[in-house]
Parts: sequence; structure tokens; C-alpha cells
Amino acid sequence: MMRILEGGTSTTVQDLGRFGQYHIGMPPSGAMDQFSHRVANALVGNDEDAAALEMTYQGSTIEFTEDAVIALTGAEMPVELDGEPVPMYSAVRVEAGQTLDAEFATEGARTYLAVAGGIDVPEVMGSRSTYTLVGIGGLEGRTLQEGDELPVGDGGADAEAVLGNSVAEERVAGVAPEEGVRVIVGLFDYRLTDESRAELTDAEWTVTPEADRVGYRLEGPELDFVEREQPFGAGTDPSNVVDVGYPIGSIQLPQQPIVVMRDAVTGGGYATVGTVISTDRDVLAQRRTHETVSFEAVTLEEAVEARTARNERLEAIVESLDP
Amino acid sequence: MSDARIERTELPDARYEHGGDDHVFVELDESMSFDANFRAMAITQQIRERDIEGINEIAPANASYMVQFDPDVIRPESVLGELREIAAETDIEEYSWETRIIDVPVLFRDPWTHETLMEFRDRHQTPDSTDLEYSAELNGFDSVEAFIDAFVSAPHMVTMVGFVPGLPWCFQMVPQEDQMEVPKYKQPRTDTPSRTIGFGGAFSVIYPVQGAGGYQMYGRTPIEVLDVDQELPGFEESMVFPNPGDILNYRPVDREEYDAVRERVEAGTYEYDTATAEFEPDEFFESPYEYNERLSEVLYE
Repeated sequence: MMRILEGGTSTTVQDLGRFGQYHIGMPPSGAMDQFSHRVANALVGNDEDAAALEMTYQGSTIEFTEDAVIALTGAEMPVELDGEPVPMYSAVRVEAGQTLDAEFATEGARTYLAVAGGIDVPEVMGSRSTYTLVGIGGLEGRTLQEGDELPVGDGGADAEAVLGNSVAEERVAGVAPEEGVRVIVGLFDYRLTDESRAELTDAEWTVTPEADRVGYRLEGPELDFVEREQPFGAGTDPSNVVDVGYPIGSIQLPQQPIVVMRDAVTGGGYATVGTVISTDRDVLAQRRTHETVSFEAVTLEEAVEARTARNERLEAIVESLDP
Repeated sequence: MSDARIERTELPDARYEHGGDDHVFVELDESMSFDANFRAMAITQQIRERDIEGINEIAPANASYMVQFDPDVIRPESVLGELREIAAETDIEEYSWETRIIDVPVLFRDPWTHETLMEFRDRHQTPDSTDLEYSAELNGFDSVEAFIDAFVSAPHMVTMVGFVPGLPWCFQMVPQEDQMEVPKYKQPRTDTPSRTIGFGGAFSVIYPVQGAGGYQMYGRTPIEVLDVDQELPGFEESMVFPNPGDILNYRPVDREEYDAVRERVEAGTYEYDTATAEFEPDEFFESPYEYNERLSEVLYE
């Protein structure tokens, strides 16, 4: 059992996501930085789809009521176990009665805490991921708070076998803020003026305080749409289209851009002008409020290559670990 | 009016777009029409039947559709190829489906949406009138009563479900010249009561849960469209009640009936008033008003 003494800014239970329900308006949820989530599970010998904690900015304080093996990945977060610093990207033994205390992240936004055996909350529609808007998954469908108790699954890996596990830093996806975020420009990009279309990838965008699991609202130059007579049913504003489904990672333009993230609304009537590629959604998820984002236009081929390279990196990590 | 037809819409070539490396978005038309929507539903039904490995999500929308897939299992170009092939083989002339006609009681001009709309007047086009007054005038009606009459005079078909779980987008089943259209709020509200009946563009919606929203607000229904615990009658199969292709019949009720229905919903004893019928697009297009009357008879007989 993991007993929550302090919830932190926004800590939720997440696995890889809930699929097959988009058509009823249910977004996938799941870990925002999928790469870090997978590495955390691999370090403690879990299956890749085991549920772990996603701690945003200020982490949680957690008392363990039983022996456990844990690993921390993702955003740099100072973490102590009964006052002793805990290394990130390593499998670490926790003894019954010990308290883990996570501080404010120093780089990146989201830290993953995996525990051998996984966090054993009930599955909802095939996933343990928390989706707070309608209150499903995770623990009672909400962020964690003081007094919560999380069961840990049994059938975890042999503790002795995984305890030597650690991942060299150079193998790990960076959370550094200078990386560009690659996008495939498209969907309704033809609605933008040529100037604004260029501006989308030339400008430096700033992450606003409204940046969470639902979406990342960005601030930057004003983008303009080509004037037209609006199609029937779309609504009168030039940014309006007849309501469509939004891809996760798509950039919609009510006025300033919003990148649709994993707890997003599944559809709506704002023109979308491109989509962050799957690999770089992990990078964007680690971007903090007030940091900048630059979009880099890539081809479909380059997006697929980026994903392949990421899969190979992940595979190399998993293969280097026990068991 | 009753002999009006719905003109068939010749759809342009579909527009296929990659949404990153794991989505394909297909726009069947820029404009809303029953032809575009029925085609989106027919094609997505075919995709579902093919059960293509790697495709996780198949989401029909008003005049478009989208699929999400695992690019480690199926390449984006292959998905696009499959979708083109399915589209070429799908003909909506052969398409009909069993539809549900659903009675939706609505308390128009209810106190809850009224309070919310007054609170957000500074985000609206007309700070000095209500959403209904504004919509009535914009669509050339003499009074709010006449506007509500038109709004409920013909049923609304669910053409998309989404935004949040359970929210139906509905398109009124009349020829385009009789359709009403309104803009969304200038700035979205941060609050909308749950079960609000809204209208934006040419679409009516039912907000399942309290939250943000930008549609004009007309009233509130006592019935639920989302039950995450699946405890209410009608939610045995899914936490979401409306499905694309369902037909909603908005029926004005007074406060007394609203309260009585709400009490039964909260007690878990309310049974939805529904009927099923085979929906034949051809017959509907040919004489929509007559067809709607027949649907209404099936529901209320």
C-alpha cells in the first residue's frame, strides 16, 4: 500500500491510455510523456502498460506500508527517502514504513514514479488512467490528495533481480527546453494566410499558465485566416469549421494556438493547422509554463523515422535491464 | 412547406490529411449536409467491420471522420490506402439503419441557464438580450415563442458524439432553407450547467456535465446523456446514451413536468421514452416533413 501524505500540484495514476472510445467523446488519457513512463516501468520489471504515478511540478509525499521497488523518470525532481536523496533512472528499494518526499521539479514538468507490480486500481474500459473531467480511472477519477491509499499489484518482478537496474543518462530522452517540437503541418492549414502559415513554424511560442493534460495554450504572434464566406453549419468566425474530430497533438486556433493533449476535448469547431508528431508530444509534455516552444515542420517520412529512432532507443534501454 | 424536399448534395473529392504520424483525418465536405454525414457514418461503419489491425479509434464527425492507429503496427500510408479503398466501395444509396427516436423533455427559459447566461453577458454578441431573444431575431422570428416552435417542430438527428463523453451534436431534419444558424459566444464561457440544451452553427447539443462551453443556451433537460457509473436504466451497455444516427425529439415541458421527470431520474426509475424504426435516407430526403411526422407517430403512438 502507498499512503499519500501530501498530494502535490497534480499527481494522477496513468498507464499508456484508454483506447476505442474516442467516438463517444472519450479521450485516451494516459501518460503525457509516454517514453519516460515506459522507462520507469522497465526499470522495475513491469509490463509496459502497468499503471504508475504522473507527478506534475510539485511531487507527492508518500509513505510505503510494505516493501517495494520503485523508479523515477522524466522531469528532474529532487526526491528523498527518509531524508536520503534517491537517484533518478534507477531501481530503488523501499522498506515498509519509509516515506518518499518529492520536491518541486527543477527541469521538466512531469516525473513518473513506477512501483514493481504496478498501481493496482481497477480498470475502467481497459485502462487504469485517470480522466478527471468525468471522474473515471485512477483513484476515484481524480488527482491524489492527503489520506489516499493506493494498492500495489502483486506478481511484481523479483526485487533482487531488478535492484541493479539503472539507465545511463545519454540514453534518456532529454527534457531540455531548447529542443524543437516537430509537426506535420496540415488539416486546415490552408485556412491561414501565407504569412501566418510561415509564422506558425518561424515564431517562438511561449507556454502560458493554461498548460495541462487537456491542452497547451501558447502565446505568440497573432495568426490570420483567409477571409471567406463561411460554409453552411460552420459558424461565422473565420476560425470556425463544421465540427471535426481533433487528433491528439493537433494545434487548434481559437485565437492563440492550443495544442490538444491526452485529456482533450475530442472534437470541436476550431480550425486545426497541424499536428505534433507522436514522438515529440513527450517533449512538449515536459515543457513548463513560461518556457518557449518552436515548431519545426517535418514530412510524414521524417515523422515515421523519428518514431522508429525513438522505438530503437527504448528497446535498447529495455534490453539493457533485468529481468 | 410540407411538400419541401431535401436537395441531395454532390460531395467534392474527399480531402485526406495526416494528423501527425498516428491519425488520418478525412474531410468529406466543408459544409454540413445529411449526405456528408450519412457518408461519414457509412464509411466508418465499414472501417469498423474490416477490423484492421493497428487501428485504435474510428470517429465519425459531422461532415468528416478520423481514425487513430498505432504506427508501429500499421504504416500511415497503408491506413490512407485502406480508407480510400473503403470509400470507393461505400455507396450511401444502399445505406439504411435502425434508428432510435428519443423523447427529450426540455424546460426552455429555465432559471439555471438564465442565471449563467446573465453572468456571461459580456462575452455575448448582445449584452442586452437573452440567447433566445438574440437567436430569434437573427433568424427572422417575431418572438422567442415562434423560434422555440421552429426548434421543436422537427426532430434533430445525432450527427456526431464528442467534445466530452456523451455530448451529442444534432442537425435538425429539415431542408437547408428551413435550418436555423447562430454564432457561438464571442468568447467561450467558463461555465455551463449540466444538461443544457445549446445551439451553435447549425447544431443543437446537450451538455452532459457542467463546464466550459460556447453555444447559445436555450433550456435544460431533466434527463441524463452520460452516466459514468452505469446505474441508470438505459445505460446498461454504455455510459453514453446517444449514438450517431439517433433522432432526438425535443419536447417543451413546464416546470412541474421537469421536476417530476428529474425526481424519477435521480431515483433511478426514469425509463427513456424511445422507439425504433428503420431509417431510409431516400424517403426522408423526398418528403422530410411527412417522414418526420411518421417518426413522431412511432414514438408517441
